[in-house]
Amino acid sequence: MTAIGKPISRVDGNEKVTGKAKYAAEFNVPDLTYGYVVSSAIAKGKITNIDASDALSLDGVLKVFTYKNRPKLAWFDISYKDQDAPPGSPFRPLQDETIKYSGQPIALVVAETFEVARYAASLVRIEYKEDTHETDLEANLHRAREPKSGIASLLKPPPPKPRGDFETAYQDASAKTNGRYVHAAEHHNPMELFASTVVYETDSKKKPKLTIYDKTQGVTNSILYVSQVFNIPFKNLRVVSPYMGGGFGAGLRPQYQLFMATMAALELKRSVRVTLTRQQMFTFGHRPATVQNVALGALPDGTMNALYHDAYGETSQFEDYTEVVVNWGGMLYPPENVTMDYKLVPLDVYSPLDMRAPGGVTGMAALEVAMDELAYELGMDPLELRLKNYSDLDNNEKRPYSSKELRECFRQGAERFGWSKRSFEPRSMKKDHNLIGWGMATGIWDSNMLGARAEAALLVNGKLWVSSATAEIGTGTYTIMTQIAADTLGMPIEDVLFKLGDTDFPIAPISGGSWTAATVGSAVQAVCEEVGKSLLKLAKKMPGSPFKSAKWEDIEFVDKHLRLKKDPSAAVSLMTLVNLNGGKAVRETSGVFADVMKQKNFTRSAHAAAFVEVMVDEELGTVKVTRAVSAIAGGRILNPKTARSQILGGMVWGISKALHEESALDHTFGRFMNHSLAEYHVSVNADIHDLDVIFVEEHDDVVNKLGVKGLGEIGIVGMPAAVANAIFHATGKRVRDLPITLDKLL
Amino acid sequence: MSPPLDKRAPSLPPLHTVTLTVNGKETQLKLSPWTSLLDALREYMDLTGTKKGCDHGQCGACTVLLDGKRINSCMTLAIMQEGKQITTIEGLAPTPDELHPLQQAFIDHDAFQCGYCTPGQICSAVGMMNEGRVKTTADIRELMSGNICRCGAYTNIVDAIEEVINKQTA
Repeated sequence: MTAIGKPISRVDGNEKVTGKAKYAAEFNVPDLTYGYVVSSAIAKGKITNIDASDALSLDGVLKVFTYKNRPKLAWFDISYKDQDAPPGSPFRPLQDETIKYSGQPIALVVAETFEVARYAASLVRIEYKEDTHETDLEANLHRAREPKSGIASLLKPPPPKPRGDFETAYQDASAKTNGRYVHAAEHHNPMELFASTVVYETDSKKKPKLTIYDKTQGVTNSILYVSQVFNIPFKNLRVVSPYMGGGFGAGLRPQYQLFMATMAALELKRSVRVTLTRQQMFTFGHRPATVQNVALGALPDGTMNALYHDAYGETSQFEDYTEVVVNWGGMLYPPENVTMDYKLVPLDVYSPLDMRAPGGVTGMAALEVAMDELAYELGMDPLELRLKNYSDLDNNEKRPYSSKELRECFRQGAERFGWSKRSFEPRSMKKDHNLIGWGMATGIWDSNMLGARAEAALLVNGKLWVSSATAEIGTGTYTIMTQIAADTLGMPIEDVLFKLGDTDFPIAPISGGSWTAATVGSAVQAVCEEVGKSLLKLAKKMPGSPFKSAKWEDIEFVDKHLRLKKDPSAAVSLMTLVNLNGGKAVRETSGVFADVMKQKNFTRSAHAAAFVEVMVDEELGTVKVTRAVSAIAGGRILNPKTARSQILGGMVWGISKALHEESALDHTFGRFMNHSLAEYHVSVNADIHDLDVIFVEEHDDVVNKLGVKGLGEIGIVGMPAAVANAIFHATGKRVRDLPITLDKLL
Repeated sequence: MSPPLDKRAPSLPPLHTVTLTVNGKETQLKLSPWTSLLDALREYMDLTGTKKGCDHGQCGACTVLLDGKRINSCMTLAIMQEGKQITTIEGLAPTPDELHPLQQAFIDHDAFQCGYCTPGQICSAVGMMNEGRVKTTADIRELMSGNICRCGAYTNIVDAIEEVINKQTA
C-alpha cells in the first residue's frame, strides 16, 4: 500500500469542517485583553498631537500606546529584517511621529474587552501636519530607478543582459506588436484577518515568557522577529500556528499586529490579542501596481526574432521590493535579439509583498497577451505560434530544463478543450446574443527547494510521530507530509501523525514560492529514512537475524514490516523492532538541502497551458468565464486531490485577477479607497463555472529526490492572459489594462 | 486634518444579562448591547468555529443558523437573539462522533483549502437547502455567492452541496 499518488482526503479535513481547527485569534485564555489599532488618516507627514484622554477615561481601557510611550526597542534595521525582507529599512510600527503611508498604524488601544477597545480607538484624536505625497505610479515613471539588490535577489534575479540587437531585428521583423500593459495594486485578502494572541507568563526568574499564536506562513520568521525586536531569548518564546486562514504571500512577513500584541503584552504583563480589521488588511503589503511595455517581432513563418519587455513596479520609500516580471519571455522563447529591463518607482505606500506567483503572473499576463497579438499579426493560430517557438532550453541561461513537458500540456490541454474547433477570426463565434471567445496562454514558475529540518519518532505503540515547523496555509501540507512519512516507513496513514506550525519543532522556511512540498517533503522523507536506518540496526541485533549482512539498499518497508527485498518472507514488524529499543521510541532529527551540484546545470520550472472560454454580453459588457482547462507539468503529483484543488484555486485567482481585482488609489488622499470585500471584488461562486485540471506526467530526479515541483503558483500564471485573449477573440477588443471590467468593453 | 466636530461623550452602555440558546444549550452572558452575535460566540462562549472575515456582512464567514435560517452573525446583536435557536458549525452534527452529511461531502470533495470560510459555507449551504429554492447547479452558485472562498474551492463546494441535495431528493 503506497499513499503517495493517491487522492487521499485531507487529514485535517475533520477539524476544518467541524470548526475545531483553531486559527490565531481563537486561542482563548483567561484574563485576555484586546488591542485595537488606530490607523493614520493621511499618507505623508507628521503627527502633531495625540489626545487619548477620552479613550483613557473609559472603564476597562488599560493603555493607549503611541510612539510617545512605547518601550525602547531594537536600534538597528537588521533586527527588524525578516526572512522575506527586501533590501532597505523595514517599517517600524510606532517608531516616531513620521507618517509614511495612509493607514499606517499609529496607536494601539488596549482594553479588557474587544468592544471597549474598538470604541476607545474611535475616541483617540490625532492631529497631523500633512506633507505632499506621491502615490501615482504612472505620473512618476520618470523617477524610475534601478532596484537595490540584497539577499532577496538570490531567488529574484535581475533581468539578464540584452542578447543580440533588438532594435534592428524589430525593424526587420515582418510581423510586430508593441503594447503597454498596466495593472493596479492588488491585495491578498485571505479570509482570516491578521491576528496575534500573545499569552503572557513569566519564567522562574520572573522574566517574560510568551506563547504567541500568530497568523503567519512561517513560525520561525515570527519568532526571529520578536526575539530581535524585543530582545527576548528564544527559550522564552514559542510561536504556534497550526492553521492559517489563507496566506497567498500575505503571511510571508510578520505583520504589524504581531509587533503590537507582543509590545502590549510585555508592557502590561497581560495576555493580549490584536486582530486587524478588513480595512486594515489593506494597510500592509500588496501586489505592486506595474506598468509594462512589450514589443515582439517575428519572421513571416512565425519564428520570433525580437523580444522587448520592460516593467516599472511601485515600491515604498523605505524598501526596494522586487519581483521577477520580465525574465520569463527570454527564458521561454528563443529569439536571438532580446532586451529586458526592470525598474522601481518609490512611492508613499507600504512596501509591496509577494502575492501568489509574484512577478510571474504580472509578466506573463502581459507577455502572453503580446504573443496573442503577434499571432493575429501573423494570421497564425496562437497555439501554433507557441509551438513554432517552443524551446527545450532556458534561453536566458542557455541550459536545459531538468524537465519540461510543456509541449504535452499544450497537446492534452488543447485536446480536452477542443481547441482545434476554434475559428480564427475574432467575433466569429456566437451563442444567442452573446459573443464567445477562446483564448490560451502559457504559464511558468520556478521549482525551488530550500533547506529544512524535521523530526520523526516511531513510538512504542507503533505510531509514527513526525514534525517540522512548516505551515498549513491551505495547501495540504499536513496531508502530503503524512503520505510521505507513511510511504517511507511502509505504514498506513492512520498510524502517522504529522505536526507543524510550532517553533518547538525543527526549523523550516516560510511556506511560499511553491517550495514547501519539495523542501519540507524532502526533510520528512530524509528523517523517516533515518528512523528506518535505526530500525535496521535494531533488526540486526535480533537473535538469528536474517538482516545481519543486509545493507540499507537491501531492505524495504512494507505493511508495517521491515523486510528483505530479495526475500519478503524475512520480515519483522516495526512494533517488534521498536520494542527492542529499551522501552523508548526510535527518534531521529535531520535536515536536507538542495543538491546544488546536481542542479547547477539545469533550470528547474513547472509549466502550464491554460485554455479559456468566455461569453461576453456585448450590450452589457459583462464577461463570464464559462469554462477553462489547465494542463500542468508540475513534476510528481503527491496527492491528486489536494493538488487539483491547488490548481483550481490558482485558476480562480487568475480569473479574479483578469476580471475583478484592483485596489483603487485615490491620489488626492493617497489611500486605497475600496478597502472592503464589498468593494475590492474577488471571484465569488457565481463567477466560476467549469474548471478542468490535467496533470501531465513528468519525471524529474534533479529538482529533488521526491520529484515534486510545487503547485502553489503555477495554476494562476497563464490564466489572466488566457482570459484576456479569449475576450479579444470574442469581441475583437484588445484590453491591455487589468482588470477587464465592463466599462473597458463598452 | 481637523478633529471631528461632534465630540462624542465617552461613556459605556451598561451590561445586560442575555440568554442565548446555542446548539440546544442555554447560556447566560453579561454583554454590552453592542456586542455582535459573532463576538458573543467567539469571545464569550469559546465557540470559535464561527469565523470573522470582515465584520461587515460582506464575506459570509460568520454564517450561522437562526431558527434554521442563515444569517451573518456579525450583522446582528447578541441581545436581539434571545429565544432563538442558534446553530453553529459545532452543533450541526447529530452526535459528537458523527458528521453532518454536508461536512462529510466537503471532506470527500475537497471543498476547502485553508478551512477558514468552511464553517460559514457549510452553515450557509444548510440554510440554503432549508430555503428549498435550489433547482439547478446555477442556483447553487448564485445562492452560495454570499460566502467568499479566497482559496477558490468553489467548484468543489458546488459538487459537495449538489451531492447532498441529490441524495436527499433521491
